[in-house]
Amino acid sequence: MNLSTTYLGLPLRSPLVASASPLSEKLAGIKRLEDAGAGAVVLYSLFEEQIRLEQTALEFHLTRGTESYAEALSYFPSPREYHADPVGYLKLIQEAKASVDIPIIASLNGTTPGRWVKFAAQMVEAGADALELNLYAIPTDPDLPGSEVEARDLEIVRAVCAAVQVPVAVKLSPFFSNMANMAKQFDGAGARALVLFNRFYQPDIDLEHLEVRPNVLLSTPQSLRLPLRWIAILFGRVRAELAATGGVHHGTDAVKLLLAGAQVTMMASALLKNGIDYLRVVERELVEWMDQNEYESVAQMRGALSQINCPDPTAFERAQYMKALTYYRTEAPL
Amino acid sequence: MIREPEYMTLDGNEAVARVAYKLNEVIAIYPITPSSLMGELADEWAAAGKPNLWGSAPLVVEMQSEGGAAGAVHGALQTGALTTTFTASQGLLLMIPNMYKIAGELTSAVFHVAARALAAQGLSIFGDHSDVMAARSTGFALMASGSVQEAHDFALIAQAAALRARIPFIHFFDGFRTSHEINKIALLTDDDLRALIDDDLIADHRARALSPENPFIRGTAQNPDVYFQARETVNPFYAACPEVVEQVMRQFAAQTGRAYQLYEYHGAPDAERVIVIMGSGAETVHDTVDHLNANGERVGVLKVRLYRPFDGARFAAALPKSVRAVAVLDRCKEPGSAGEPMYLDAVTALVEFGQFDPMPRVVGGRYGLASKEFTPAMVKAVFDNLTQAQPKNHFTVGIHDDVSATSLDYDPAFSIESPDTVRAIFYGLGADGTVGANKNAIKIIGENTPNYAQGYFVYDSKKSGSMTVSHLRFGAQPIRAPYLITAANFVACHQPTFLNRFDMLKEALPNGIFLLNTPHPPDKVWETLPRPVQAAIIDKKLRLFVINAIQVAKDSGMGGHINTIMQVCFFAISGVLPRDQAIAAIKAALEKTYARKGEAVVAANLAAVDNTLAHLHEVSVPDRVTSTLEWIPPVPASAPPFVRDVLGMMIARRGDDLPVSALPVDGTYPSGTTQYEKRNLAQEIPVWDENICIQCGKCAFVCPHAVIRIKVADAAALEGAPAGFKTAPARDTEFKGMAYTIQVSPEDCTGCGICVDVCPAKNKSALNYKALNMRPQAERLEQDRANWDFFLKLPEVDRRRIKVSSIRQQQMQQPLFEFSGACAGCGETPYIKLITQLFGDRAVIANATGCSSIYGGNLPTTPYTYNHEGRGPAWSNSLFEDNAEFGLGMRIALDQQIDQARELLGRLAPALDPELVTGILNADQHDEAGIYAQRERVAALKARLAQLESDDARRLLPLADVLIKRDVWIIGGDGWAYDIGFGGLDHVFASGRNVNIVVLDTEVYSNTGGQMSKSTPRAAVAKFAAGGKPAAKKDLGMIAMSYGSVYVARVAFGAKDEQTLRAFLEAEAYDGPSLIIAYSHCIAHGINMGTALKNHKAAVDSGQWILYRYNPAAQGTNPLTLDSHPPKLPLKDYLNMENRFKMLELTQPENAAALFEEAQKDVQARWALYEYLASRPYGHENGAS
Repeated sequence: MNLSTTYLGLPLRSPLVASASPLSEKLAGIKRLEDAGAGAVVLYSLFEEQIRLEQTALEFHLTRGTESYAEALSYFPSPREYHADPVGYLKLIQEAKASVDIPIIASLNGTTPGRWVKFAAQMVEAGADALELNLYAIPTDPDLPGSEVEARDLEIVRAVCAAVQVPVAVKLSPFFSNMANMAKQFDGAGARALVLFNRFYQPDIDLEHLEVRPNVLLSTPQSLRLPLRWIAILFGRVRAELAATGGVHHGTDAVKLLLAGAQVTMMASALLKNGIDYLRVVERELVEWMDQNEYESVAQMRGALSQINCPDPTAFERAQYMKALTYYRTEAPL
Repeated sequence: MIREPEYMTLDGNEAVARVAYKLNEVIAIYPITPSSLMGELADEWAAAGKPNLWGSAPLVVEMQSEGGAAGAVHGALQTGALTTTFTASQGLLLMIPNMYKIAGELTSAVFHVAARALAAQGLSIFGDHSDVMAARSTGFALMASGSVQEAHDFALIAQAAALRARIPFIHFFDGFRTSHEINKIALLTDDDLRALIDDDLIADHRARALSPENPFIRGTAQNPDVYFQARETVNPFYAACPEVVEQVMRQFAAQTGRAYQLYEYHGAPDAERVIVIMGSGAETVHDTVDHLNANGERVGVLKVRLYRPFDGARFAAALPKSVRAVAVLDRCKEPGSAGEPMYLDAVTALVEFGQFDPMPRVVGGRYGLASKEFTPAMVKAVFDNLTQAQPKNHFTVGIHDDVSATSLDYDPAFSIESPDTVRAIFYGLGADGTVGANKNAIKIIGENTPNYAQGYFVYDSKKSGSMTVSHLRFGAQPIRAPYLITAANFVACHQPTFLNRFDMLKEALPNGIFLLNTPHPPDKVWETLPRPVQAAIIDKKLRLFVINAIQVAKDSGMGGHINTIMQVCFFAISGVLPRDQAIAAIKAALEKTYARKGEAVVAANLAAVDNTLAHLHEVSVPDRVTSTLEWIPPVPASAPPFVRDVLGMMIARRGDDLPVSALPVDGTYPSGTTQYEKRNLAQEIPVWDENICIQCGKCAFVCPHAVIRIKVADAAALEGAPAGFKTAPARDTEFKGMAYTIQVSPEDCTGCGICVDVCPAKNKSALNYKALNMRPQAERLEQDRANWDFFLKLPEVDRRRIKVSSIRQQQMQQPLFEFSGACAGCGETPYIKLITQLFGDRAVIANATGCSSIYGGNLPTTPYTYNHEGRGPAWSNSLFEDNAEFGLGMRIALDQQIDQARELLGRLAPALDPELVTGILNADQHDEAGIYAQRERVAALKARLAQLESDDARRLLPLADVLIKRDVWIIGGDGWAYDIGFGGLDHVFASGRNVNIVVLDTEVYSNTGGQMSKSTPRAAVAKFAAGGKPAAKKDLGMIAMSYGSVYVARVAFGAKDEQTLRAFLEAEAYDGPSLIIAYSHCIAHGINMGTALKNHKAAVDSGQWILYRYNPAAQGTNPLTLDSHPPKLPLKDYLNMENRFKMLELTQPENAAALFEEAQKDVQARWALYEYLASRPYGHENGAS
């Protein structure tokens, strides 16, 4: 059985990759992911906006009330250095590279094109094998046309790809008017892989305190339907590799995504829920399925049920949605 | 060969600490202003592994008090370590017992002292020589330095001399004036230190140490037969000491080129008049002497460097033979003496060793107490006095003494400032970063150009919204001018609100520059200036520059920090450096300063530099005054005369002009004076929406400044209310039919917003709108000022009608602690305010030194006030270390007086109404009604006693008031309770006396800037715990509970306000010692003060702060009640809310991980223990016996 694959030009022992999550915040977690069989690790995302806020907050707290009252001209000792991000993040890349053999993919969310490039270069310098650009933004300005949002995202990808020597993946949101066109444009902008899809924090309402509290909902196996569709549609139509993320909870989920055309399948929620060692279970299930269905390699499976290879290509298209509903209605007990 | 030295701009404390750190192995310290920084720097350097001269980092230990530090120093010295300490003032006094021992045992050591005033009629943190003079009989040598450079140099000279002479030294320099002055100095190198410090002498020091390999005993008890002789054995060492110091000074001069003498004369060789002086004042005299001699006078100064051992022969020999009159200036006061110490020494020396014919006349004078300015004008007055046939002796200079006529007149206009020195004064607000920016400016000039620079900063007495005044000098020659600038080429006003309150242009020189930060555009700003400001600009032909720095700061991502912007303005227009060079230097300095804090901070600052230059404008000054705006008086004209004429002068920064007669003779000041100082600090204030309010009282409960008040009133009382005065029908049945009102004092509010945060009442259809909402103060000022005045006139709610156990009603009680100078959003003051609401009309308060004594008792205005009957808290502060004992003394006195009064009453009973006597003796005063009734009875008694003609009646009359219940409250912070005052506190626990102790637990020494105490929790970063405190917080409550007879409660008002209230009521009711440990959020925690109650809640939810009450009065049941739930929030979630913990993750992530884990274990173990204790069967519970 050959599980090996490549992703972003990097050889991987398995298509099961750890996606950006708190599991990779510490070196120990990264080591455990490798031990559990992860083909590669995408580090947790470095959010430049958060760094900026943290630095500003630190500066605020260290200077507030100082140089004002004669007895207390300051309130904290002044340490010589801080290990705040990005320093801590870059250090983690270095430590991870020194400690594990699997590829380390750094994940970045920047603010302006210039800042994206700067941080990306620092990550590469720290040793990252590849970068994942996490295009994580929720445009809320009603006066901002979608075309501008798209142009901005493409500019970032172009700028980073031009600036760094390592392969670059782009993690997308599904909320574009024409996903396939955007995928193609990102491809053209230099992305070596498209990671489908980003999952946003969703606001919730706390009914006890009547407050809005954003939180992250872990994915469920049902979540994979969205990447499944788009990977199947895009497979063979864009040059970039396609990575699936969101909804891989069992070996069979990985099988489905690979059949749809995923180069790798990424996991976070299932590992957060069941522990890192659960990765072994998923791999075992994947192998069992391949064994039972007489697949010899991941490469053999990839894209076997993509839209271009699927017996019924329309199954992935909109019309099918209508049909499915009709079918459902018909079958429903009266 | 003497090398060209490296120069650096630094303050006196750092100048000393750099040398002391290099030359010692053990440093035992305790924080005290103004010396704290020396210990803090040493600790930071040690934490970073910076080596001393011999390659290893000294061990720095923070002790529980200066007494403890001295003990540790003594022990370390006896064990052979080179050891030092840094202290001042009361701290030095606490070291004195050990100092006798250290000197008596001829031990080489140096104590570095930032000399400071002692607490007498009042405390002062400022500089004079009272402390070192109090230590002059310990046997320590006393060595005085007078400038930052000298302080740096003498730190080495003193250490070298101590090793050679075997006599310990106090090296002292003037607190603030030298310790906090920034100046450009030549640094000593390690080679310089090695050249002066003899390794053989260190070996000798070690050889004298205690060692079991070579056992001996030291510290015997000696009997009358030999003590005296043994005391005299040291004489040869003292006799040799001056020679030793002189040798060291010679060696130092050879090494560095800087020559000093023990008694250094400077001036005309044929001077007839000489001033003898030590410390920074000597620098002022030095320059004035040069000025006067250049103008044809013949005067001189004798600078005393070595004051003990006092070498009379050398002293006398140092004076020119021509001298006819000598003035000896002491920076201290010894009441009742024949003269101040150095004066007496000088007289003795001249009598014993003077070879003059005729003998010069010697007079003594006092100057500069508590950092009172000592200027060339005053020096001239002293020299002028010496020209008199009968010069005034025992004079004072620098004040106007209209009581004892001691003071010399002087001409304030006399100035000797060099025209080559650029002088600049900056008026800033504490929070705006002005001082920090100016410190940077000095460094830029000092370290990027051959020029010299000096900076000195004057701070306000309030912790929030205070004014800072920066005095900066720049010039081609070294600057020795240890006095404030009175003639400035450049004046900057960084806060437009100062414009109509302070005369900032008084110091501006003609043709100078005035820089104003203003929200008004350049073409409109002239109209906004008050008349006197316009007049000064025109009369002095000042150039006026303006910038809207707040806007530039906002646009550059700097928040409210205008520091960089104003600094750029200064460099752009002052001409102190070529503009381009200055801007480049600023940018380089900003990158250097902020690099480690992150790129975002650097970027914002650099953007601010560029934006500033684009928004700085020169205003074309009209040729005539058009404004009709006048100065705003510091207090209203209706204020009482003392407030208006005395405190008002202090508020207006003219306290220096007050004569001696204006001030109380014994430190007694009237209560309730903050009400007259309207500080108008808030940009936004809370505004009440009566339709949404649920009348819970929480807003008033949490308000740190007592600016939000509640009353209920009858309709009749509301007649004449201003239009817009809001009321709502009172919801509580007890007040049915009355109008309920909440009112904010717009001019006293600090705008912290904590009331809005706590407000639980929200508009159902728009949940971001509450019953309280912040609105711009400016738009509310007029209406709310009228409302507030009317509110104050409404009658107070009858205390007998208020259900005090319910916050919604209890908060109608009048606070008798209001508008303090505490930080905006302070976490301590709500507790104090609560005490004064509940018990203020019968409270005597002992307050430990610390934040609470500063915002409670720092002049000019003080917050403890009185009610409409004239009753209120009687407050006093003794010291830091003795507060529990101080309070116990009050209790004992009251108990004795009560016994005495009852006894007298019993004896007088036949002459009195029997019902009255019985009523008084058997009064039940457990509630307001009972106390009210007793007050009426005592009033009747006093009326009757006044008519009686008996000794007993005359004795009882002044005592009768003690028959009304009086509470003693002992209040202080954790530094006092856990550390320096713990011994006394423990004794008070054991005393069984009825005192109520409140520990305002901020978990650090807040007042001196956040040093670790034993209350600091594990993993918190504090000064002296830069790597996170490794040990767990001391459980003070558990210690108190172990007596079984102490009421103990742990409270956090933001987590459970009703529990807080209940604890205060129970503590007061308990007839014995009670202790309340009160979680007090603090600016030193690094939190958002406006939402600090969330931190209370998280502290409790995480189990970090368990709420409980332990009431020994519980009859037959377990006295311990837990008032909080088992930990339900991961501790890390709480720790991450506060910079004091979060900072550790950023600086030492591995350490943070380990300590956070330990801290989480602490939480579990602590909860398990308390749960066990609270659930133990007790008395007859569960059948236990």
